[in-house]
Amino acid sequence: MSYLKEFLSLAVLGVLIENFVLVKFYGICPFLGVSKKTDTALGMGMAVTFVMVLASLLTWLVQHYILVPLNVEYLQTISFILLIAALVQFVEMVVAKLVPSLYNALGIYLPLITTNCAVLGVTLINVQREYSLFQTLSFSFWSAMGFTLAIFLFAGVRERLETSNIPKHLKGFPIALVTASLIAMAFLGFQGLSF
Amino acid sequence: MKENSNLKIMTNGIVTENPTFIQLLGMCPTLAVTTSLVNAIGMGLSATFVLIFSNLVISLLRKFIPNKIRIASYIVVIAAFVSVIEMLLKAYLPAISDALGLFIPLITVNCIILARAESFASKNSPIPSAFDGLGMGLGFTLGLSVLGSVREILGAGTILGFPLFGANFEPALIFILPPGAFLALGIILAIYNIIRSKKKGAAK
Repeated sequence: MSYLKEFLSLAVLGVLIENFVLVKFYGICPFLGVSKKTDTALGMGMAVTFVMVLASLLTWLVQHYILVPLNVEYLQTISFILLIAALVQFVEMVVAKLVPSLYNALGIYLPLITTNCAVLGVTLINVQREYSLFQTLSFSFWSAMGFTLAIFLFAGVRERLETSNIPKHLKGFPIALVTASLIAMAFLGFQGLSF
Repeated sequence: MKENSNLKIMTNGIVTENPTFIQLLGMCPTLAVTTSLVNAIGMGLSATFVLIFSNLVISLLRKFIPNKIRIASYIVVIAAFVSVIEMLLKAYLPAISDALGLFIPLITVNCIILARAESFASKNSPIPSAFDGLGMGLGFTLGLSVLGSVREILGAGTILGFPLFGANFEPALIFILPPGAFLALGIILAIYNIIRSKKKGAAK
């Protein structure tokens, strides 16, 4: 029961209150870069979710069974990023071999995930907040869901923007940022949920 | 002549290929830490430090790094310098270190640094690479400072902590909250577009 409660409260925290993109600004590059169409946005969201949960699991193990016992916590950034880079490479190869259709859909986004600061960000937050393994896995899953929700909503709006009449100088990036600002304002309302 | 070309490489990063306004790289820290000018400068200079040294080292090693694992090697070099600056800030400037928080270790995955390693340092000799890092870093600092000043002036009514408008000024708090980051950058880019198209019009 307490596990379920924790899982759900981390869901509210990860998706709404601390939305990774719109409140914390992690993963802005893919958020602005691959949000032109809703289906590519969803694909990116799925790929990020997969890598984030797996990376959180592995970095938790590395932190608690290697870095802390050996007293070398200052190697955290280096070891985590190496692990993430290796993981992304590995996932890319596995997906290409086993599920070629998924690979074709995600192919170009997978390598980009290494430099997605949401992934390194979530692993560092997990350590900083001293989450247990269960909390680590739930928090990374839900914050990845928050990322997916944000990028999906944003892509939906951008699809509509394509056909609308925009002032010449606002075309492209500026209007996208103004749109993101409005979505972020809506998410600001969820701050009231924090307790 | 030699000095001249290094200077050119540097201004290229600050003006012609400004990472914030033209290449739109490194957006996460750009939006996240620019709630005040001090934070913006702190972030900009930390990234500059990492850029100069990672460019220098990667350029020195460019003949030894095998092509296939070059990205991973670059990341290790970058992460090493990020750890250095992280520990330096923690020891000597704890206030800045607290304000920037997680975004210091996240300099590792800042696309500007990897992009410069891949597109400049891996093809050029060490000295120009260091200058390229310096130029790009200063360009990044400039971009952050512009956004940081706008947000601090509008959102808090201060600049570097000094009040600007007297006690009756009611600041637009939204500009130091997350939505204000998107809004301010969007509007700055739009103004930049207007200036550029005016200039083009004048040239014709």
